[in-house]
Amino acid sequence: MSLSYKENSVTTTASYPDLLTGLTEIVDEICGSATAEKVTIDATFDGELQIDSLTMVEIVVACEERFGVRIPDEALEQLKTVGDAVQFIANAGVAA
Amino acid sequence: MRGAALVGLGSHRPAHRADNSAIAARIDSTDAWIRERSGIVTRGVAALDESVVDMAVSAGGKALAAAGVDPADVGLVMVATCTLTHAVPGAAARVASGLGLSRAGALDLGAACAGFTYGLALAADAVRCGTVDNVLVIGSEKFSDIIDPLDRSTSFLFGDGAGAGVVGVSDVDGISKPVWSSDGAQADVLRTVGSPPLLEMEGQAVYRWATSMLPAFARATCERAGIALADLAAVVPHQANLRITESMVRALKLPSHVVVARDVIDSGNTSAASIPLALDRLLETGEVRRGDPVLLLGFGAGLTAAGQVVRCP
Repeated sequence: MSLSYKENSVTTTASYPDLLTGLTEIVDEICGSATAEKVTIDATFDGELQIDSLTMVEIVVACEERFGVRIPDEALEQLKTVGDAVQFIANAGVAA
Repeated sequence: MRGAALVGLGSHRPAHRADNSAIAARIDSTDAWIRERSGIVTRGVAALDESVVDMAVSAGGKALAAAGVDPADVGLVMVATCTLTHAVPGAAARVASGLGLSRAGALDLGAACAGFTYGLALAADAVRCGTVDNVLVIGSEKFSDIIDPLDRSTSFLFGDGAGAGVVGVSDVDGISKPVWSSDGAQADVLRTVGSPPLLEMEGQAVYRWATSMLPAFARATCERAGIALADLAAVVPHQANLRITESMVRALKLPSHVVVARDVIDSGNTSAASIPLALDRLLETGEVRRGDPVLLLGFGAGLTAAGQVVRCP
């Protein structure tokens, strides 16, 4: 699993692997292991992962619960890749 | 205090059906997309001259017959509907007249998709208190009157139909105290606009609200009823969208022996009618039996929600 996120946009690098692991577990629970195995930081939700907008809503709700952040509908549309989601959650203030 | 229970159910499913292919052509979509998006395969469409009142009378009459209750012994009829195209007059008095309920009070109940479960809760209290002996609670909806057939977010989702239940006196109480809630701050996500009214829905916001609130709502309703999820015979959530139901089942880790109503596949979303229609279908198919405990979860426009555990009639 690659972790090739952009260094210059990272605010809390230590939490990124944990966030990625947590997000992968959520994808596993909601979409199944076949989808979870395809999760990389660069994978697009509607491309490689074939996650549609309704499933994306469920993933976001699960992330909110697990990471204690609020991801509004407006932000949801900007989350194209797994890395986008990880970064959003990290910037929203999840402790490392 | 004496007990109250559901003593009979009745369904009205319109004779005419609309399959996905008919709708997909209008909205530049496909059968496969509609199935994937909603789980829905077909839905009932009322005839032009088949009204909310007509369907309610049909379902209500069947429920009274199933319960063996004489129309003259019905003290109150509540009609839950959100698809009348005008505010006045309401449907309930006409339904009472149509059924020959000569001694019944009548009122409409405006809680959209949660209307039937709100009605059951109030009916049970009216019977327990001795206000009346029998209450007829009906959900009846004719969405084909308020749906824009070209609206890509709603035209494939909704269907027409009516479902009814009779709440009567019982030695053993068969309707648990409800868990209910509301969130008027999100009122705009499901609304009608214009005259005659047309339904508009912010699908993503509604989906998010429903999937995020349902697991806790289900647990709280069971807790108030004093029953464990695993001891339920079935769960009948409002038949909004199969994906909402499946999300709830997954989040609750519902054991496989608990039957889950999926009438939305054949009926679409029939709002206030969906829960009695789906419960009646489970009884018809033998998936649940008399006395079985079933969790009912109503939720929808308002936003409103109400749920309870009932014993099957």
